[in-house]
This record gives sequence, C-alpha cells and structure tokens, in this order.
Amino acid sequence: MNDVNDKAANFMTSDKSNVKAHAINIESLGRNRVEQSIHDEDITLTVDNLDLYYGEKQALFDVNMVIPRKKVTAFIGPSGCGKSTLLRCFNRMNDLIDTCRVDGGISLDGSNIFDKRVDVATLRRRVGMVFQKPNPFPKSIYENVAYGLRIQGINKKRVLDEVVERSLRGAALWEEVKDRLHDNALGMSGGQQQRLVIARTIAVEPEVLLLDEPASALDPISTLKIEELIYELKDKYTIVIVTHNMQQAARVSDYTAFMYMGKLIEFDNTDILFTNPSNKQTEDYITGRYG
Amino acid sequence: MSLHDDNKQGFIEWCKRGEPMIWLNAAAVTVSTLAVIGLLLLLTVRGMGHFWPASVMQAQYQLPSETVASILAERVESEQVPIEQLLSAGFKIDTNDAFVKRELVKLGNRDIGGADFKWVISRYLSDVSYPKDAVVIERREWGNFYGFLQNVKQQGQIVASLEEGDAWSEFQARVSRANEIHDKITKIEKKDIGSINYRLEKLRLRDRGLELDTSMADAQRQQEKADIALERAELDSQYKGMQQQLADLYQQWHRDTFTVKTASGQTKEQRIATVVHAYQPNGMNVFQKLGFYFAKFAEFLTDEPREANTEGGIFPAIFGTVIMVLIMSVLVTPFGVVAAVYLREYAKQGFMTRVVRIAVNNLAGVPSIVYGVFGLGFFIYFLGSEMDKAFFPEALPAPTFGTPGLLWASVTLALLTLPVVIVATEEGLARIPRNLREGSLALGATKAETLWRVVLPMASPAMMTGLILAVARAAGEVAPLMLVGVVKLAPSLPVDGNFPYFHLDQKFMHLGFHIYDVGFQSPNVEAARPLVYATALLLVVIIALLNLSAVALRNHLREKYKSLEM
Repeated sequence: MNDVNDKAANFMTSDKSNVKAHAINIESLGRNRVEQSIHDEDITLTVDNLDLYYGEKQALFDVNMVIPRKKVTAFIGPSGCGKSTLLRCFNRMNDLIDTCRVDGGISLDGSNIFDKRVDVATLRRRVGMVFQKPNPFPKSIYENVAYGLRIQGINKKRVLDEVVERSLRGAALWEEVKDRLHDNALGMSGGQQQRLVIARTIAVEPEVLLLDEPASALDPISTLKIEELIYELKDKYTIVIVTHNMQQAARVSDYTAFMYMGKLIEFDNTDILFTNPSNKQTEDYITGRYG
Repeated sequence: MSLHDDNKQGFIEWCKRGEPMIWLNAAAVTVSTLAVIGLLLLLTVRGMGHFWPASVMQAQYQLPSETVASILAERVESEQVPIEQLLSAGFKIDTNDAFVKRELVKLGNRDIGGADFKWVISRYLSDVSYPKDAVVIERREWGNFYGFLQNVKQQGQIVASLEEGDAWSEFQARVSRANEIHDKITKIEKKDIGSINYRLEKLRLRDRGLELDTSMADAQRQQEKADIALERAELDSQYKGMQQQLADLYQQWHRDTFTVKTASGQTKEQRIATVVHAYQPNGMNVFQKLGFYFAKFAEFLTDEPREANTEGGIFPAIFGTVIMVLIMSVLVTPFGVVAAVYLREYAKQGFMTRVVRIAVNNLAGVPSIVYGVFGLGFFIYFLGSEMDKAFFPEALPAPTFGTPGLLWASVTLALLTLPVVIVATEEGLARIPRNLREGSLALGATKAETLWRVVLPMASPAMMTGLILAVARAAGEVAPLMLVGVVKLAPSLPVDGNFPYFHLDQKFMHLGFHIYDVGFQSPNVEAARPLVYATALLLVVIIALLNLSAVALRNHLREKYKSLEM
C-alpha cells in the first residue's frame, strides 16, 4: 500500500521548478485573501489560469484558485456555471470526454497534473471522487470497498479485511453493514450506498476527496449523515464539495467559491463569503435574487 | 359538469378511447399464440401417434368384379374422396354417392406383396375382425411383417408350434436371445474392430509419414518401420481373433427360424435373427400398449437409424445437432464479444466505425446458403486443404480437413451467427451506466481494468441474449450444412473412444437435414411421414431446451449483475 503511494508521489515531486513559479504567480496576483492567508505548504491544489473548452464552447474562463489542505472547500453557483466541470478537472475525469480541451494548469502538491508523464490512474488514486448519484458496483459490499485495492493487485485477505473494516468505519457505515458484508451492495438504501461509495474511495487512501453534489439525491436524514461524515473526514483529507444547497455549503465548508458562467467570481472564507461578500453578484446569489 | 357523460357512447367515441387498437393488439397476440400452439399440436399428434401399437385388422376386401383378397393390416388414416377421382383412376364403383370413404392401410410384407401401404375403399371391406393372435414383426430389413405365427424351429427342427400352444412365448424368448447376440456382434463390429481399424489407419499414416520424412537416417527409419510392422502384426492377430469370434456369433445368431402364415394363407419361413420386435397388438391391454409406446419412443431417441433412415432411431442426428451447436457457441461467443468490445469501447466513433457496424449488421441478413458456399470455398477448399498439406501430408491425397466435416460446419455457423452476438453485446455495453465506469476509473482503475471487472460482467446477460439468438438460428439451419459437413448417414459419432476422442474432421448427422432426407429423399414416403413430424417435433424441443438453458444462465447473470435503477 505504502509502496504504491510512494511510487505515486515520485512522479509528482520531480518538477520542483514548477512549484516556485506558482508561488510567485500567486503572490504577484494578490487578488484574494485566501491565497495570501495560506502558507504554500498548506495548499494541496493550485488552479492556474485554467480555461476549458468543450469543442468550440468555452466552459471555464481563466480560473485561478488554491485548495487548502485538510479543509473543506465548497463550490456554489447556479446550474451550468462550471463548478462540476472544474471539480472533474482535479482528477482529470474530463479526459473521458473526447472534445474536451484544457489550457492552463492545475498542480497537485506543486506538480502539474496535465503533464504528459502523469499516470492518470495514479492521479485518480490520490484524488478520489464521489459522484452525485450513488454508483456502487453490482458486487457485494465487501468487494465494493476492496475494489480499489484489488485493482492495485492487493488480494491478501488479511489486508483486505482490515482495510474494508477501517474504510467502512471511516464512512460511518460499519455498524450498519458488518453482518452483511457479502450481500449485494444494490440492496442498500440510497444514503447507505453513498456512504459505501465514500468508503470505497477512502479505502485507497487518497489525499483529496472530490464530492460532486454527494447528497443531492438523498433524503434529509441521509444528507445529515453525509454532512456529519464530511465534518469527520476533513481531519484526514482535503475535501472539495460541489453543492447546490447553500445551507449545506455554509454548514460543512471552511472556504467557499462562488462561480458564475464559467468564471470564479469570489473565493473566501465561508463565514466572510456568506455574511459579507465583496462582490455584488455573490451577494445577489446568496440572497436568492437569481440562480 | 358531471364526470359521467352518458352521451359519449357512440362508435366514434369508442374509437377515440383507443379501444380498436387494444382489440387489434389482442387479436395479433391471439393469432400468434394459436399459430404456435397449432404448430406444436400438429407435430405432436402426427408424430407421436407413430409409436402407438395400432390394432391389426383382418378383413376380406373385394372390389366389384374382382376376386376376394384377405388382408391383415394396420389402419393408418381415412378420408372422403370424390367418386369421380376413383372412377377416373379405373375403379369400378357401384354407388351413386358423391363421396366415398377410403382408408390407408399398412399391409407390410414388402418382400411378398411389394408395397407396404395401400388405399382401400371402406365399403368393400367385409368380415372385419381383430384376431388376438395376429403378430406384427418388425424386421431389420423389408419393413414390418403381419401374419400368424405357425412354429419355431431350431436348426430345422420344430421346437414349438401353434398346435402345442406355447409357440409365442418360445418365439419371444428366442427373439430376445437373438437380439442379445446381435448387440454383441454390433459391439464387436463397431467398437472393437472399429478401434483396431482406427489404429491400423494410424499405423499406415505413420508408415507413410516415415517415407515422406527425408531428413531421417536410414537406420532409424528401418527401426521405426520394424516397430510399425510389429504393431501391425499384433493388431492383425487381434483382428483375426475377433473375426473368429464374430463368425461363431453369427452362427449362433442364425440358429433359429420361425414360420409365419400371411392373411392370404401363404407361409414363409424366416430367421429369428431378422426380428427386432414382435408383438400381438390386438391382445395387449392399455398398460401393455403404453409400455410398448414408451419403449418405442425411447428407441427412437437412442437408437441408430435403419433402412434408409425410415426405421429405428435418430440418436446420431440429435447428437450431431447438439455437438455442432455447442462447438459453434464456443467459437462464436468469445469472438463476437471481443469484436463488440473493440467497436464500442476502443474504436473511435467515426465514419469508419459506422461503416463497419452497418456492414456487421447487414451480415445478419445474408442468406444462409451463401455462408454455406463461402464455407465450402474458403474454409474447406482453401483453409482445409492448406491444413492438410501442413499437418496431414501422410494422408494425402485423401483429405483430412479438406473435406466437409463437423469443424467446418461449426465454423460456418459461427460466422453466420457472429453478427447477432456482436450486435447484442454492443447494445449491452451501451446500456452500462456511465457513472459506473466513472466510479471505477475514479478509483484509479485503467480502462482495461474497468472493462474487465465492471463493464463486461454487467454486459454478460446481453452476451447471453446474443448467444441465445445465435443458438436459435444455428440449430435450425440446414441449407449451409448440406455443403459443409452434414450427411444422410454417418458411420460413427464424432465423439468416440478412440484417441483423441473428438473427431472434428468427421461428417455428422443433423436433425434438420434428417427431416429433409426422410421426408423427401426416402423410398418409402408413407412410412417416413410420421417420422418427419416426430423428428421435427424433436428438433423444436431440442432448440427450446438449448435456449432454455441459455435463458436460465442469463437470468442467473441478470440477478447477479442487476444494474442500478436509473
């Protein structure tokens, strides 16, 4: 397990010069308080002049931001504003779309993830993702959690048992499913399925968790459980969450980014952004005047 | 306004409610269902009646101004015919009815009377009776014999006769003894001598191979040749031993004879060795008849055909059909799945891919005989003869794979059904929800790992659907098979006890072709007709069984990999 992560780290640390360039870049911009208030070593992801096109249509315009380490960062904004698109850039999920093209850079711990030498599978192992709809595989609960490890060739039962239990406990699901680990995962409720997907994701020990509207398909009680879970997980993981629900963003996140029409409008501490936004558009959105 | 609008009851309102569509749909379903039921019913009634031991009628038959004839026969069917038809056929009929009833009777005794079947006009039958001691004898040659048992002889000496009373049980005992000997003879001829011949043929080929191999040192060749000669001598002596054994058995087999009298009073002495079964249907009660019926049916399923396929069973055809379908399935499934995965998952979805896909879909519409011609021209004449040159030079000029056979029939059918499997698998792959693939990719799986661990298992029910359609099409196909490997009568099954046990180069029998052969190429049309129905029914049943097992497997897979309700 560690062995694999070391290998993953290797390719990322090779590009030291890049790190400096970014640091200078951020300072020189001096645009927002978040970037200035955070030390370089507390930054996990840096987005640098990112433009993204679907064919001819531009979906993201010159996005610059940093994602702080072991904090929860929320993206809010109206539908179609590009927040999910930006999220899917962090683990290069957009690669799956043939017509998608990216300009600019995103660095994970200082190295560019769009570099040709980057192994996408390793990147995705470090940057895990949970989707809007629960998508457990049609396998047993146990096999769902063990999936990421089996992919890495880890098949020792002792190791798998341990990781499965740890991950399910981490996703606050262990007590509910410990007696039916070998039942089909599709027999669980939607909220349980989503927590299973989170367990599956943290089983491979990523550094970053991307949550793409993780609670939007769930009932209020399941949503509450997911939010509690996010609160617990931020001690260990850098979390980026896309949400439509502003209360949710206010409840769970430390930082919030407001996006509109493919542009990052405002990025700040959640408390400040919701109580004292510096941008008119942000204020209009959070007070419900449009969106 | 009231919700109950009683005025809206006219025809137009009825139409507006969509009622005619419902009736039309229901009618279509009813017609289809009735057609299927009718088909199965017809096949069952016509085919399965054949095995029932029909009563044997004794009667006097006298056409006007002709001499009286005694007949002993089974009634097969009856019909009303216009009298003009009979008059114009030369019958002198003394009635003014517009229609007269005539019956088809099975007289048997082909060696005496010439024809098994005869149409008789019912009104000229008289003194109809069903004598309890009428005997039906199924023979290995010449069809059935109908008559009355007179006596049983052993080496010319009468051991039992009608007058002494126990002739029938004595006869039955001797028939079963003869049948046991016959089984032994068949076993020796088919299995033991067959295997010796097979080994002798192998030796001959090895010998020939030595002559063709120029790189071998002379001394070594001499050594090998000596070995071969030794083995051959050993086999020859075994063969002689068996010949001796056979001669003894034949002598025992031919020991007994029996005498029967026909309805017209002729007596005929025959060997008991010629008898397969003998029974007295008029003396049997319902249970005996039922027992006889099932025994006959079992014989039909498990025995080999006799008398140009008009008698006996159809086991080799069942076996050939099933084994061919299985080999075809084994060939077509992996190939079709791999092709579909490439088309759907890896190929760039551009113009070329679309063209390829259209071409594949259209292949499904190519007439099957075209595949037969292709199989003959490419697989057999080209591929087969090249294989012969490369791997079996010692057997040339006799072809091994350069001739129609089981392998090429299976390959041709696999090609024929390939489009079905590709299309079904592609559709299955397209139905896998995108977010499951993304879920796997997001965990760091590569595309290949995602395919192998998530997508393909979930698409397996679709693959099974493809296979089911393929099996249904392949098992019923006859036309291409006539070109690439099916024969009227195969001397042995393609699977036997001789190494390598599986003989893909052999020709084989097939139920579909068997139907054609029995129905249209048979010298004895009337005798063959029920067999055509019975064989057709069996073909339907076998295809249904093959399909059902595939469906059961698919349902199991569906349950296992049921996807999310999206």
